[in-house]
Amino acid sequence: MTAAGESVTEKELFACGHRGCAGCGEGTAVRMILNTAGPNTIISICTGCLEVMTTAYPETAWEVPIVHAAFETSAAVASGIDSALKALGKREGINVLAFGGDGGTFDIGFQALSGMLERGQNVKYFCFDNEAYMNTGIQRCSSTPYGASTTTSPSGKFSIGESKDKKPIGAIVAAHDIPYTATATIAYPKDLKKKVKKALEIEGPTFMHIFTPCPTGWRYPSELTIQLSRWAVQTGVFLLWELEGPDFRNIVINKKLPNRKPVTDYLKLQGRFRHIMKDEETLQKIQKMVDEKCEMYGV
Amino acid sequence: MKMVIRGNMATAVGAKLCRPNVVPAYPITPSTLFPEKMSEFVADGELDAEFITVESEHTAMSACIGASVTGARTCTATASQGLALMHEMLFIAAGMRLPIVMAIGNRALSAPINIWADHQDTISERDTGWLQFYAENNQESLDLMIMAFRISEDKRVLLPSMVGLDAFVLTHTFEAVDVPDQGDVDKFLPPYKPNHGTLDPSNPITMGAFVTPEHYMEFRYAIELAMNESRDVIDEVFEEYKKTFGREYKKLVPYDLEDAEIILITMGSISGTARVALEEMRKRHGKKVGLIKLTVLRPFPEKELLELTKNAKLVAVIERDISLGFGGAVFGEIAAKYVNKPDRPLITNYIVGLGGRDVTLKDFNEIVEKAEAALAAGEVEKQTEWINIKEDAL
Ligand SMILES: Cc1ncc(C[n+]2csc(CCOP(=O)(O)OP(=O)(O)O)c2C)c(N)n1
Ligand SMILES: [Mg+2]
Repeated sequence: MTAAGESVTEKELFACGHRGCAGCGEGTAVRMILNTAGPNTIISICTGCLEVMTTAYPETAWEVPIVHAAFETSAAVASGIDSALKALGKREGINVLAFGGDGGTFDIGFQALSGMLERGQNVKYFCFDNEAYMNTGIQRCSSTPYGASTTTSPSGKFSIGESKDKKPIGAIVAAHDIPYTATATIAYPKDLKKKVKKALEIEGPTFMHIFTPCPTGWRYPSELTIQLSRWAVQTGVFLLWELEGPDFRNIVINKKLPNRKPVTDYLKLQGRFRHIMKDEETLQKIQKMVDEKCEMYGV
Repeated sequence: MKMVIRGNMATAVGAKLCRPNVVPAYPITPSTLFPEKMSEFVADGELDAEFITVESEHTAMSACIGASVTGARTCTATASQGLALMHEMLFIAAGMRLPIVMAIGNRALSAPINIWADHQDTISERDTGWLQFYAENNQESLDLMIMAFRISEDKRVLLPSMVGLDAFVLTHTFEAVDVPDQGDVDKFLPPYKPNHGTLDPSNPITMGAFVTPEHYMEFRYAIELAMNESRDVIDEVFEEYKKTFGREYKKLVPYDLEDAEIILITMGSISGTARVALEEMRKRHGKKVGLIKLTVLRPFPEKELLELTKNAKLVAVIERDISLGFGGAVFGEIAAKYVNKPDRPLITNYIVGLGGRDVTLKDFNEIVEKAEAALAAGEVEKQTEWINIKEDAL
């Protein structure tokens, strides 16, 4: 058993003692995924916080085989692993996972991801979204939400911080006509693990967008990671859904929200939004963006 | 104005003083402060430019090309993996003769991943048609950025430039830097008027054409001629910079060469350590060892090299890169320049400080001892030696 729920393995496959910050959402998400996937797993990871915090030579936090090549390549390298296992007659019973941060997925690795999905490779892709390039010190990404101040979307005399809303990665990925696309957060471990299990049982590419708060980058006390993961869902900032195939009419909303919390409850806990907390107009704009998204997804 | 700033900040401030119109940039250690500062300058209204938050370095350089070919002054910064990802576009920037300027926080390459000082990134791009400058300190980082624009934009050159500064040792270290006045920089580098064709509907041109064997070689030869021309342009610009701002630059910087039998050659921040080591050796042991610091690697300053080393008995090339299966890349280049000289010195090569390993006074002492032994023997037993390597870890 793990704190987060049931484990299929006795042994933790993501070892303790890695160098993640206290309250790192990514670390928790990886542990939940590995507990579900078990030891017959090979992982391709991107450059980013996850790689730096887990592979500092001569140590490793991984009890399953992993390879880190470059920043933009986790889906591409995983494609090679998938094909090699096939070519060598060893494909049966092995999970091939690809991990990427939001930068490694939404931005620099997007081409490699799209190629892997379109080719129909048997790779389970997991994106850990902390809404910025954290490893290099909090630069904006196409996953950074509207209004967030980062070091390349600083709030200033001529800027309110990030000027674009998050790229709808799940919808874009699903449009590749892959068998399974889902979202999850670490505040709902049962939902997350159920989705991982489902992805692993499917033949072909799957994509999971996992929301993983970052105390260092979002500037909040580290004990709030789970609360923020939950409130992101309860405010409608991050929606929990799953979809088989490309047709959004078949979307399953895992968390309906008849009474959504106001978005400001979520924003005000985070230093990255501090500069807009007195800016009614921007707060209303953000609330409206969330309302519209919730309506579109029918939550 | 004196500012106490990091090397990255020096490149950003230098670039800002040059009033670029477009800055596409992507974060990568150790150069990330450059995009951060440039976006801040724009956000605060200190710099009137478009900052593009691109999604990769390949796009950063591609966007620089798009901006430059549209008539904008443009610059960026990167390092290591980011520079490697730009590789394809570096050839294209040079091939289109676009005066783009880029700061590089010189860093090692994967695998294994390492973020520390190493010249492998820029050394691996020597053949792309970019001018290459290497800074020893933060002042040089700033000054070379400003001069790079002038040199690159000169009609006789029209080639892009990269300015290298060592990861962390310079990029993240605070030093006092004399920051020139905007008015003086504006005079030294007037607002951008492209000396090359630009995309303009009223005067249509085709860039990046398809060229058959009938013409391709001439395009390449023209770049080589421009590289040759740039030698004089660099001297002129260095001279004018000295007149305007009072700081002297040379492609090769000599130190204690008059009576030197052994001459060390270095690039970047280790040059300062080398000077201290040589001063000690001279004072304590009367050793006649001199130093040449390479500030310009492209175009290769061969005339100056041969002149400065004409009385040397041994030239020791010390470098932070390795052309695997050959030896030091800079060594190979330097050695080649003596090949038709009948009375050439012995040339030895030492690989140091890869992936940020400290290069210390002790290392320089060891190198000089090895060089002296070779000189005494009159022959070089091992052409390339790795210094301070942990044999037992292999
Ligand atoms: C080609 C290349 N460009 C840039 C970098 C520098 N870099 C390393 S990790 C990283 C950010 C990672 O962001 P993300 O994928 O969101 O993961 P996080 O660290 O936030 O978990 C960057 C910009 C690199 N290693 N390689
Ligand atoms: Mg991230």
